[in-house]
Amino acid sequence: MNASHEWLAAFLPGAHLSVEEMRDIITARCCTVDEVVRLREDLSEVVIGRVVEAAPHPDSDHLWVTRVDAGLPNGELLDVVCGAPNVRAGATYPFAPAGSTLPGGLKLEKRKIRGAVSNGMLCSARELGLGQDHEGILELRTSAPPGTPLLSAIAVGDARLVIDVTPNRPDLLSHVGLARELGAAVGVVPRLPQLPSSGSATDTGGNGAGVTPRAVESRERAATGGVDVSVVDADYCPRYMGVVLRGVTVAPSPEWLVKRLTAIGSRPINNVVDITNYVLHELGQPMHAFDAARLSGPAIIVRRARAGERLVTLDGVERTLDESMTVIADAERAQAIAGVIGGGDSEVTERTTDVFLEVAQFHPAGVRRARRALGVSTDASYRFERGVDGELQSLALARAVEMLVSIAGAHVEGAPVDIERMPRERHRVGLRPSRVSRLLGVEVRAGEIEKLLRPVGYEIEARSDDRLTVVIPSWRPDVTAEVDLVEEVARLRGYDSFPAELRAFRPGTVPDSPVELITRRVRERLVATGLLETRPMPFVRGAPQGFARVANPLAENEAYLRREILDTLARRAEYNFTQMQRDVRLFEIGSVFFPSGDALPSEELHAAALVTGGRRPPHWTEVRPPDYDEWDAKGLAAELASVAFPDAPVELRAARGAELEGGVLWQVVVDGKERGAVRRVTLDAPVWASPVYGVELSLLAIPSRPVAPRGKRLRAAPPAHAASTARTAGGTGRAVRYRMLPSTPASDFDIALLVPNDLSASRVEEVIRRSAGELLERLTLFDEYRGEGVPAGLRSLAWRLTFRHPERTLRDKEIAGRRQKLLRTLEGELGVRQRTT
Amino acid sequence: MSLHEFLAAAEAIEREGVATIDAADSFEAIDAARNELLSRRNGRLTELMRQLPSIPEAERRHAGAAINRVKETLGSALDARRDAVGTRAPAAPAIDLSMPARERWHGARHPVTLVIEEIEAIFGELGFTIATGPEAELEWYNFGALNFPPDHPAMDMHDTLYLEGAGDGGLLRTHTSPVQVRTLQTYDPPIRILAPGNVYRRDFFDASHAPMFAQIEGMAVDEGVSFVDLKATLTHFANRFFGEVPTRFRPSYFPFTEPSAEMDVACRICGGSGCASCKGTGWMEILGSGMMHPGVLEAAGLDSERYTGWAFGMGPARIAMLRYQIPDIRLLYDSDVRFLEQFAT
Repeated sequence: MNASHEWLAAFLPGAHLSVEEMRDIITARCCTVDEVVRLREDLSEVVIGRVVEAAPHPDSDHLWVTRVDAGLPNGELLDVVCGAPNVRAGATYPFAPAGSTLPGGLKLEKRKIRGAVSNGMLCSARELGLGQDHEGILELRTSAPPGTPLLSAIAVGDARLVIDVTPNRPDLLSHVGLARELGAAVGVVPRLPQLPSSGSATDTGGNGAGVTPRAVESRERAATGGVDVSVVDADYCPRYMGVVLRGVTVAPSPEWLVKRLTAIGSRPINNVVDITNYVLHELGQPMHAFDAARLSGPAIIVRRARAGERLVTLDGVERTLDESMTVIADAERAQAIAGVIGGGDSEVTERTTDVFLEVAQFHPAGVRRARRALGVSTDASYRFERGVDGELQSLALARAVEMLVSIAGAHVEGAPVDIERMPRERHRVGLRPSRVSRLLGVEVRAGEIEKLLRPVGYEIEARSDDRLTVVIPSWRPDVTAEVDLVEEVARLRGYDSFPAELRAFRPGTVPDSPVELITRRVRERLVATGLLETRPMPFVRGAPQGFARVANPLAENEAYLRREILDTLARRAEYNFTQMQRDVRLFEIGSVFFPSGDALPSEELHAAALVTGGRRPPHWTEVRPPDYDEWDAKGLAAELASVAFPDAPVELRAARGAELEGGVLWQVVVDGKERGAVRRVTLDAPVWASPVYGVELSLLAIPSRPVAPRGKRLRAAPPAHAASTARTAGGTGRAVRYRMLPSTPASDFDIALLVPNDLSASRVEEVIRRSAGELLERLTLFDEYRGEGVPAGLRSLAWRLTFRHPERTLRDKEIAGRRQKLLRTLEGELGVRQRTT
Repeated sequence: MSLHEFLAAAEAIEREGVATIDAADSFEAIDAARNELLSRRNGRLTELMRQLPSIPEAERRHAGAAINRVKETLGSALDARRDAVGTRAPAAPAIDLSMPARERWHGARHPVTLVIEEIEAIFGELGFTIATGPEAELEWYNFGALNFPPDHPAMDMHDTLYLEGAGDGGLLRTHTSPVQVRTLQTYDPPIRILAPGNVYRRDFFDASHAPMFAQIEGMAVDEGVSFVDLKATLTHFANRFFGEVPTRFRPSYFPFTEPSAEMDVACRICGGSGCASCKGTGWMEILGSGMMHPGVLEAAGLDSERYTGWAFGMGPARIAMLRYQIPDIRLLYDSDVRFLEQFAT
């Protein structure tokens, strides 16, 4: 909503509110003023100048040489040559210093005029675009000191308030509504301004009653000026007023009207259209002028559209309508989409002489459905879908008629019609001062509530113990419940009036969510490992099978939701490659989605990491740091899984067959359950990139079924409080329990074995662990070797075994015995021998 | 062996030992001297110690002290000699200790995470715990339970991405507020939670809009919770997060709160005097908030006469952009390592 400062001021005689004051009041009490736009920004360089001395120019009979105080430091005065007869010492004038630009683009420079230096210009009203007066320079009555910008010293030009009106306040979509709030804030009752060029305005107090006959009321059908008006779809159209004006002269609007409309950013078209726009912005009532000569019948019928009915609307688009929409039709066909947009055929043009003026109220949700279906939004639909005051129509009609008569030379033909199915009644809402006080946290008494509500139109109908019956003004369709009035009291009292005082509170019953706990733990570790967290979007190219799909995606190539975070990270790695970044190490903890028939996609929390390029930053001790390889990825996966699932056994199971071909190297198995994978990631990589490895791990299922039906609560006991897990598992990790430090020395020995290529190291380890006995403390694979001395098809694997007895030192003999037994078992079970060369 | 003989022998070892040590002019020679004198197996002092049992028991303590003294003397002589030889040893090739250290890759939290964690820490002190909910959500939790009137302009602020195949009711949540209702249906008041998470809007991706972004929600519900609590808690938060700053509360509208309020802090760029960033107003909007609408409490099965509550929501991405002076929201999603590395701590 754009509002004009001058227009609002015209509603509030005697209030003298500056545009900044208006901005602050509206923002503090109603809704936010985003911006104040000064409409005479071209005067921003003009300042107040005081003429200190004025003497006739020695070489001219009409020029003056003056010394001007323009607020320069140290009281420095400027020499200015001036040709105006009315210049005099001691007076103040608008002064444009050398270097500034005047409206119209004239850039002033320091120059000599008949030998006298001039450092700028004292300006007339016409030079500043402030009027036609060019008889002399503009003498100012201001106490502002010299040097003050002209715009802040005097009321020059209008200013536009750009207001972000919230959807619950249709009453603020008009100047009268804003003026009502401003007036209430400063104790001034707003008044409808008189129209400058309207001779009748003085007679009528500006409400047009003098030229508009009393309307003929009806339930569904009536005639005015020869036009038969009927409302068939009364649900959509609770009230319809119309009037016929003849002898209209369509022409450009007068200057004051053009100025009003341009001030709010509305483009003037012709006097008839401009008048309807003016009333819309003044009172908030949209209206539509039909060229009456184009109406067949002549009739106006408010009815449902017929399926497939067509209409070329004012924007030149041919639209196909359906039965869900309501139209304004003549005897033959649709002429407008009710409340949304008019038709081109009955548009008012220069040839129009007779006008049918429609002033109606349409159903908010219905207008919204229609304009969304048609994909068009207008000033009218914007207001109707928020709710237009049902009591406003006769005033708005009279206002428009008054203007059409005085500006467009029209005369009214017959009494207007006013068709309304149901009698109108203001609704009432009960309000308990005790409830107000409880919600707002300070005591607010009934008397104060009354004082706050009355000036903005509420009436207090009855008052008993702790209960006020409040009559809601017709322009506030949003106020329907007690809590709506509580908000009214709060905003009118001013949010600033409530203390920001921290009061005692009881601790909550909700434990930290498991999603949060596991996310925090995993993130902490991955960051410590040197990885960079990302928060990209989960949309992927996807495929029709196996992916959840967005019904109305922004782009067809990102219509699906990911099943794997690595899918997203791979695209992010490709992006880094395009930025010539070879060393990439990213991770994300976020949601993935799997389609689930007719239900919501099932959602899981995953963590994934992607590494490629150097394993560490370059350093002068090595030519180049080694690149990340599969063993880094395997370690990362193991670390990730054990941080995520602190007390569960983690196994990295080697991939086989088809998995391997798909790039999978290991499955991450946690507590016997496959939860993720380590893989070589295939993506679009430049030749200089090193292999890319990825780890993906499913952390948790995220439930999305309803907790309980509307109005009901979970019956079962809620999930336990985190404090109980915190005691056993530190809330953030593994349940740690101290074990005695060893008091006896360890003994170890190494064995190197010739292991066939197709026998896995983990199988050999399994046998070693089983046969080495319980005193085996640690088993470390420390070398793999192929080459000289090792027969083809075999490799040498070397392990170190560390033994310890908890109570005594092991004897050499005992160790040797274990070694012999171990070698025998290995040979017996696996056919593996010791390497001897 | 008599004590006298023993002491004489000890003195001889001391005298000759010191001479040997002083004569040693390399580390090898010093080690050889140590072995000769102090080796546990066959050092001269060790050999002498083995004679201790032959000293009459009454005098043995004396003999032991002598051994210790000699051991100490020889030990310090060896140390001194080692130092002396060390300092005059030919200089090893010089190490330039100013050479750069070997570094590891530094990890980093995403800037949006940094902001969320800081918010969580401040509210954590005030007893708020963390609640979460699904991103693929039911329409009822996203709109219906939150008092959104059907076919109302309030829906314009929530251009929604709907999910295919999930009946009519599936969507990507447009705000974190569904977590309010899920939490209220699950736990009994008092409730004090924060709900961080990703939300979705059907907005095209440009310098200041993204179809997915982070939001953080907060809610407090109990008997007697009021607008004063809302104002106090959020003002306290602003002062902790931004340092002592002027704040103001303005009327606003959200279907699920009433009264509704937006909180501004004095513009971070101009400090309140008005600049292009704040469009001359001197204020910057930080969050939306309000007293919870009774309809929301009732939808979750709570008695709205007994319980009252307040809630707020804000966009950590916008705050991160402000705080770290990130000019384009797309940088938050690109995942350029050179961008992310800047947030390493």
